[in-house]
Amino acid sequence: MTKITVNGTAYDIDVEPEMPLLWVLRDELNITGPKYGCGIAQCGACTVHIDGVATKSCQVPIGDLEGDVTTIEGLGTPDALHAVQEAWVEHQVAQCGYCQSGQIMAAASFLAETPNPTDADIDEAMSSNLCRCGTYPRIRAAVKAAAVKLEGA
Amino acid sequence: MGRMKTIVRRTFLIGSAAIVGGVAFGYYAYKKPIANPLLDDLADGEAAITPYVRIDQSGVTIITPRADKGQGTYSIQAALVAEELDIAWEDIQVDPGKPSPAYYNATVLGEGLPFAAVDESFLARNARAFGGVLGKVLGIQITGGSSTVPDAYEKLRIAGAVARETLLLAAAQNTGVARDQLSTKDGAVILPDGKSILYTSLAQTAAQIDPPSEVALKPESEWRYIGKEMPRIDILAKSTGTLTYGIDMIMDGMVHASVRTNPRMGGGINSYDDTAARKMRGVQKIIPITGGAGVIADNTWRAIQAVNAIEFDWKDASYPKNSNLMWKTVASSFTPKHKDSRLKNEGDVEAAFKENKVIKAEYRIPYLAHAPLEPMNAIVLLKDGRLDIWTGTQIPLNMLQTAEKMTGLPAENIHVHVQMMGGSFGRRLEDQYVRQTIELAQAMEGTPIKMTWSREEDMTHDFPRPMQMSSAWGTVKDGKVESYDLAIAAPSTTSSQLGRLGLPAAGPDIAIVAAAWDQPFAIPHHRVTGYRAPEMVPISSWRSVGASGNGFLYNAFLDELIHEAGADPLMERLRLCNHDLSRKTLEAVGEMSNWGSDLGPNRFRGLAFSLSFGVPVAEVIEITNTQDGIKLDKVFVACEVGKVLDPINFENQIQGGVIWGLGHAMAAELTYDDGIAEQNNYDGYESMRMYQAPDIIVRGLENGTDVRGIGEPPVPPAAPALAAAIFAATGERIRELPMNKTVDFV
Repeated sequence: MTKITVNGTAYDIDVEPEMPLLWVLRDELNITGPKYGCGIAQCGACTVHIDGVATKSCQVPIGDLEGDVTTIEGLGTPDALHAVQEAWVEHQVAQCGYCQSGQIMAAASFLAETPNPTDADIDEAMSSNLCRCGTYPRIRAAVKAAAVKLEGA
Repeated sequence: MGRMKTIVRRTFLIGSAAIVGGVAFGYYAYKKPIANPLLDDLADGEAAITPYVRIDQSGVTIITPRADKGQGTYSIQAALVAEELDIAWEDIQVDPGKPSPAYYNATVLGEGLPFAAVDESFLARNARAFGGVLGKVLGIQITGGSSTVPDAYEKLRIAGAVARETLLLAAAQNTGVARDQLSTKDGAVILPDGKSILYTSLAQTAAQIDPPSEVALKPESEWRYIGKEMPRIDILAKSTGTLTYGIDMIMDGMVHASVRTNPRMGGGINSYDDTAARKMRGVQKIIPITGGAGVIADNTWRAIQAVNAIEFDWKDASYPKNSNLMWKTVASSFTPKHKDSRLKNEGDVEAAFKENKVIKAEYRIPYLAHAPLEPMNAIVLLKDGRLDIWTGTQIPLNMLQTAEKMTGLPAENIHVHVQMMGGSFGRRLEDQYVRQTIELAQAMEGTPIKMTWSREEDMTHDFPRPMQMSSAWGTVKDGKVESYDLAIAAPSTTSSQLGRLGLPAAGPDIAIVAAAWDQPFAIPHHRVTGYRAPEMVPISSWRSVGASGNGFLYNAFLDELIHEAGADPLMERLRLCNHDLSRKTLEAVGEMSNWGSDLGPNRFRGLAFSLSFGVPVAEVIEITNTQDGIKLDKVFVACEVGKVLDPINFENQIQGGVIWGLGHAMAAELTYDDGIAEQNNYDGYESMRMYQAPDIIVRGLENGTDVRGIGEPPVPPAAPALAAAIFAATGERIRELPMNKTVDFV
């Protein structure tokens, strides 16, 4: 049995240690906010926080997991949005939306570490997440707006 | 305010139907052509209602049969109905048409084919959107075929208006107050004393009233949704991870599955050895399927691990083994035998070539995968003679017919539940993944099978856009473009795609020359010839279809001719332009980008224009030539669509289309070795990432009368605008894509 904590809830998981966190979340715990896109850390759709740090969950074997996991479901809810999510809604970022859970998790972690990012900082931090619909201009604007919101908070 | 006599003119009639607990409003769709489509002429069983508005105890629901792949069409369809129905934006519920027995048995099933009319109109719209490729299907399956977006633009507003008027009549009947004393506000009828009656409580009465055959539509000045900035209906769910895509669906008793089939497309299989796979944890069953095998397991990851542990002995593909041989095949297709079309033949290019120096160039553009971020997946349940399919698709009707053939079940026992999609770009016009899941479900009756492709399976089984080559010749005279002869050779997307749908594709394939033969430039001697190369890798429609490549081929050589003439790329296009809406679009982008102004050191610009899907789009891109490579700074886009229905979504779609066009042209290609696509994940198939994304400034023009869609038209001019800017910066012509073969990008 592996013990893990996701969004504040503790779970006992009986799976092989090499199963990636992504698939434990999606298929064992039915937490489907983190998405499967590539399985090789190229797209970032599976991004979650481990002890607050954005991590690609497809690359974390469950046996190697150390720390508490937060998924998009634990970041904020439709009734209580995180500042980054607020900015995402206000800037109408999503098209298909499939990558956006990962984009939002990446942005939240980045802004926690870098409260006053430059445009270059944002571009660099957000370039590990792929968006096939091409919402980058809106993601860029939303990250900037979220930085201001968090600064004021 | 015009009276809408269009109801009778078109082959549609508004009607209503009683449903459990309420009323549905929509259009009657006819099974057979009817000369005089009046309600009175309808015999029982001749027509069934295609609902767009459903009012019952749960509220007002707008049916949005056109699937949302990310382009925001649920919101647009809802806005068109809600505008006339008069309901508050936050109260709108949207239903993509998920079959619900209580509802559809009462209203639609009498027709025999559940939701056929909706699916047909859905298919019609998508066929339009995909550049006429499926238009040929449409000709067979649907009456009409008038321009689809304008049709929905009017049709859905009429549906809303008729529903509102009927509810007003119902309120008059229930209260005894005269109809003209009543008004509506936000989902309720308002009485003269200010009291309100909710639509939901009028539904039962409304179901008993004949809807009016004529209604007045609101004048544009009174619109509160159309043309205004509206929050997307799905934006909150998509920003909180709470939207359920097809891949996220969970059902009781569901098992997980993954499959592998021959990565040499269509090649088939000799044998496989699943000894190791059988022993893997969680594996329940291994099932042979057409061209490969599938693993049933208790977890998707375990299914993928196991399917990768099967040793397959694949057969060879029927097409050339590698990209070099494929290029040779295309290159040798510029012959009379392969000539497919010559739709443009103005003046006398041969004579012009004798008078002046002939400039010549050859261009190549590669296969490209769609690679939407959500890998293909489906859930299929075969139980008690009923088949249910839950999947993201653009072709639900065709899927239903395929399932009918595969299972032998009658159509009314097959239900396709269209799911939200994590992108498509044309990918979900194909249904292999669903057929495979049906095969698995047939071997596991009574169990819902959730099948998910690995990214590698997805990329190696994409139906890409075709590789293309062009040979172009031209002359200039007195500082002007005098002649332009463009020959394009490509396999036929239409023929490949329709072949898989079991439909014939007769005549020339417009996709080979789309956005080349039909450009609004009056060059004195101008010829465009399409050559059909053999099919090779099976191919399909990729965002903007034929125009996706031809926008580059046409503009790139036109830019060479304009340069040779010593003319200005914008001024010469304006001089040659013979289409008013296109000229205004070019003028707009010139003004937006301050064309001709000095950009400062190491900064350059390029321009391109394409008219595709009836939409003129002009783009100017500004770049900086840095020491490390080309940096994209800004793109200006002018786009003529008649009416911008939702300014935010409009901008988002255009920005996305430009990034799609640029990103693939800069860095992406599918190449083949041993019959297999060599790029099987995003590490080998790069498109644009955030650090490369330019600022994109968009202007929607509303000079025309037709309302157009904008998912695809921004794509074709993006790559040639960048190529022109790179030429301005480096003096180097990019004649082969992707561009990173020639230049570096930062």
